[in-house]
Amino acid sequence: MEKFTQHTGVGVPLRRSNVDTDQIIPAVFLKRVTRTGFEDALFSAWRNDPAFVLNQDAYRAGSVLVAGPDFGTGSSREHAVWALKDYGFRVVLSPRFADIFRGNAGKQGLLAATVSPEDVELIWKILETRPGTEVTVDLVARTATCEDVVVPIGVDDYTRWRLMEGFDDIGLTLQHADDITEFEARRESWRPTTLPARHLPPVPVEPARPVPLSLGTPRPR
Amino acid sequence: MAGTLAEKVWQAHVVRPGEGGAPDLLYIDLHLIHEVTSPQAFEGLRLAGRTVRRPDLTIATEDHNTPTLDIDLPIADATSRTQIETLRANAAEFGVRIHSLGDADQGIVHQVGPQLGLTMPGLTVVCGDSHTSTHGAFGALAFGIGTSEVEHVLATQTLPLAPFKTMAITVEGELPAGTTSKDIILAIIAKIGTGGGQGYVLEYRGDAIRALSMEARMTVCNMSIEAGARAGMIAPDETTFAYLQGRPHAPEGADWDAAVEYWRTLRSDDDATYDAEVVLRAADIEPYVTWGTNPGQGLPLSGRVPVPEEIADEGARTAAQRAIEYMGLTPGQPLREIPVDTVFIGSCTNGRIEDLRSVAKVVRGRRKADGVRVLVVPASARVRLQAEAEGLDRIFLDFGAEWRNAGCSMCLGMNPDQLAPGERAASTSNRNFEGRQGKGGRTHLVSPLVAAATAIRGTLSSLADLDLPAGTTVDGSPLTPLDPHVPVQV
Repeated sequence: MEKFTQHTGVGVPLRRSNVDTDQIIPAVFLKRVTRTGFEDALFSAWRNDPAFVLNQDAYRAGSVLVAGPDFGTGSSREHAVWALKDYGFRVVLSPRFADIFRGNAGKQGLLAATVSPEDVELIWKILETRPGTEVTVDLVARTATCEDVVVPIGVDDYTRWRLMEGFDDIGLTLQHADDITEFEARRESWRPTTLPARHLPPVPVEPARPVPLSLGTPRPR
Repeated sequence: MAGTLAEKVWQAHVVRPGEGGAPDLLYIDLHLIHEVTSPQAFEGLRLAGRTVRRPDLTIATEDHNTPTLDIDLPIADATSRTQIETLRANAAEFGVRIHSLGDADQGIVHQVGPQLGLTMPGLTVVCGDSHTSTHGAFGALAFGIGTSEVEHVLATQTLPLAPFKTMAITVEGELPAGTTSKDIILAIIAKIGTGGGQGYVLEYRGDAIRALSMEARMTVCNMSIEAGARAGMIAPDETTFAYLQGRPHAPEGADWDAAVEYWRTLRSDDDATYDAEVVLRAADIEPYVTWGTNPGQGLPLSGRVPVPEEIADEGARTAAQRAIEYMGLTPGQPLREIPVDTVFIGSCTNGRIEDLRSVAKVVRGRRKADGVRVLVVPASARVRLQAEAEGLDRIFLDFGAEWRNAGCSMCLGMNPDQLAPGERAASTSNRNFEGRQGKGGRTHLVSPLVAAATAIRGTLSSLADLDLPAGTTVDGSPLTPLDPHVPVQV
């Protein structure tokens, strides 16, 4: 993972609360089997609206998203993080994040940092008054700077350290492979295993068929 | 030291405690896989030359993309087909058990685990799906993870996890007739909000929770994520053990005895403390329905669409305005007068056999309202088979509903089961986000009983709106208790 210490880029004011993952990327875009190429899917429904913030020239090249509270609620889809990254975002600031989204962001090098609601309002006002204004986010100093406004950002110590070092979680965990093996030796025998497979008899499942358009009459069997 | 249920399960899985602010490394007992959030994880393993550490603690099924019609034909949508074929290829390559479309054990991943007896108390259960919280109904610590974490669990069978806070949600007393566990959880989310559970594991307690069947408990825990929580849990009891015993993967003999003995210790100690507590009176709970575009925007069905100007908080007011506009509603409009185009009965929230039985009891011998499309989608192929064995399919078909094959279906519209722009649905699923069930679609979240009554009347309705003698169902049996364990007599 790429190291993250400081980033400066155009701030995008997203004046909405509860920006759920279905808004960040609708489910129809989740069918791809790749990890990239999701930039067009980001906020796909909202981008049909010419007034939407990312459709305005000054914000188009944005890389610091400043959103209302409860950003990233709903689904666990990491595609939401990939779509933000593919579009060019490196940072999302919000008063509060959904847990899974914040975790996913941390794994992918997208900084999801909290900022107080008052500070979000301050930054929104600057970004809306002077579109295209840049925001600098400093992970070392734990601050976000927008013109003369400097506000503290919240990010947990462990995520901060991993982002700054660019560490890959799996690599870190595998350093403790012996601990895992030791733990496995202590597991109780009642705990389930999926193999060998056990199940009820494999009876045939009858496929449902489309109902003719003349709804109302029950299908004969 | 006194501990809560969640803390006890956590402590039993610490492989390595975190040092200096680092998270604990937790062992994962059961990893559920589906086609949408796994392909990039398997690809990551392949690129790094890694294997699946414990295929025997991993199980895959196909649910999000699968069609609910013509399942014996090739999947028409090419990208959906590719994604499902990718899962099959990955399962074969890495030695993971899979239940594919057409198999009797295929279905929504959160139904497959419990029905096979793989989900049990005291486990850690993860899946690349936020509704993994469902499995907490058994007293397991179960939560949704992202694709990077799916890869992590595949490679190491562990996850580094930051500590959580605990919240007790106590529902006291007895549920009124015509209300269900869906109404309990919608009432809870309306009370604490979509961010109210953020950072918490919720533990549901109290008489009203104890009285619920396992399936009804799953409905409650399923929507914990809708309150922003990491997970939801219910301490295991005799109801849990009775559900589990005899299922294909349930422990047997001495293992069963040892397991039950341990499971009985999985309850919060009397002197355990929670970081937050919420209390609801079951008697106050009515049939709930959402009017807006997040699950916290819900009200009793007897209410009216909110008037934004009357909302003091600016953020909530703006959100309400936006939601009312998207939903095509009028402030102050009685919720009961909202007409629907579609009724969707299914999903990991309410697609289980007891849900289908309760709907069948209401619609039996009736016809759906003209012009309303009614989709009944069982959560799994086994649920479908069980329903057919009980004759429920006949009841649904005679009612004018469509009886489909199993999957996530219209809950999130990744397959052809979608709402058209502007189309309005009463849905037993879990999310009413903008466009969730199809671009421009409008969703009202409801219980199976409200869905059934709505399908009959064509507008959002509860059993109380049906022209029945008070306290009876259509077949004349008493309304309470509506025992979902009892098959409908055909």
